[in-house]
Amino acid sequence: MIRSEILREIAPVIRDHLVVCNIGIPSQELHAIDDQPTNFYMLGTMGLASSIGLGLALAQPKKVIAIDGDGSVLTNLGTLPTIANNSANNYILLIIDNGSYGSTGDQPTYAGKKTSLTAVAKACGCDNVIECRAEDTKKVLEEALAGDRMTVIVSKCESGNAKMPVITLDPVVIRHRFMEAVKA
Amino acid sequence: MSIDSRIVNDLVANGISFVTTVPCKQLADVIDEVDRRPEIMHVPSNKEDEGMGLCAGAFMGGKRPAIIMQNTAIGVTINTLATLTQFYRMPLPMLISYRGELREPVACQVEMAVHTKALLAQLNIPTYHFHWQKDVEELDNILKYTFMCSKPVAILTDANFWGGYGDQ
Repeated sequence: MIRSEILREIAPVIRDHLVVCNIGIPSQELHAIDDQPTNFYMLGTMGLASSIGLGLALAQPKKVIAIDGDGSVLTNLGTLPTIANNSANNYILLIIDNGSYGSTGDQPTYAGKKTSLTAVAKACGCDNVIECRAEDTKKVLEEALAGDRMTVIVSKCESGNAKMPVITLDPVVIRHRFMEAVKA
Repeated sequence: MSIDSRIVNDLVANGISFVTTVPCKQLADVIDEVDRRPEIMHVPSNKEDEGMGLCAGAFMGGKRPAIIMQNTAIGVTINTLATLTQFYRMPLPMLISYRGELREPVACQVEMAVHTKALLAQLNIPTYHFHWQKDVEELDNILKYTFMCSKPVAILTDANFWGGYGDQ
């Protein structure tokens, strides 16, 4: 199972929640599968989806799901201690861990080798870290949304990308409609 | 009133309720003051680009953010400033310790100081330089200007502004 198949499965679960989606192909896939005003697509700035998601969760009470990748978390590893030490029980970080830099040609990441992001997140102090198979992501995410506890989900899937168009929405439009959805 | 209280009063008066910080010796007291204020959620970050991500999220969540950091961070955050804060047009006051300026004791700090204003100018970031303590009188206007135009704005504060650096 590859990332786009996970996104297709979880789309009905996340569509009514605030979603911050990782740069590159993940955002393109989510945009093509189920574009929603509650989706904030990152068009640049690799690594910051989890930080934007945490800031958003701390600033307001609605549930926030940040969809990140293993490569992006590795580029901003400092995010995990910040998440662990600033309690936001309305925050779910979903790391789709395909062991590769999908948007740049599927080069392997260290998360696909010896490094366990699950163990790193736990060592950083995240209390509620769940590693699951790609096939179980929807169920695990539903359970996390039903709870009121900050959750880090590491979904282990296969490497690969769906062919989707580049997002041509203006960034200020993405941001504006997202902020309207936050306020709604 | 201390300069630190004065600065944080201006932040609070302008509705800033989310502040992220990466420490610098010169900023230690103002960071303590931010941490003490009940009106402000203080979230320390491990790196300044991470902090700008937190600020972007907090802004979209309805809070007015600010970041407090050292000027070396300009070297770390250029991509984030261009592709997140500016591209999505978000306001971000940046209170920056301007290390490597007059009264600086550490030579290495000068190596980034000589690039700081040039980099900010290249990024078209409005930049203000506080050298005398009375310069703080501009802070309130600078904060209003930042949220009016929805841009990142730099406030460089050098060692002279903070009253010298240690024994120098």
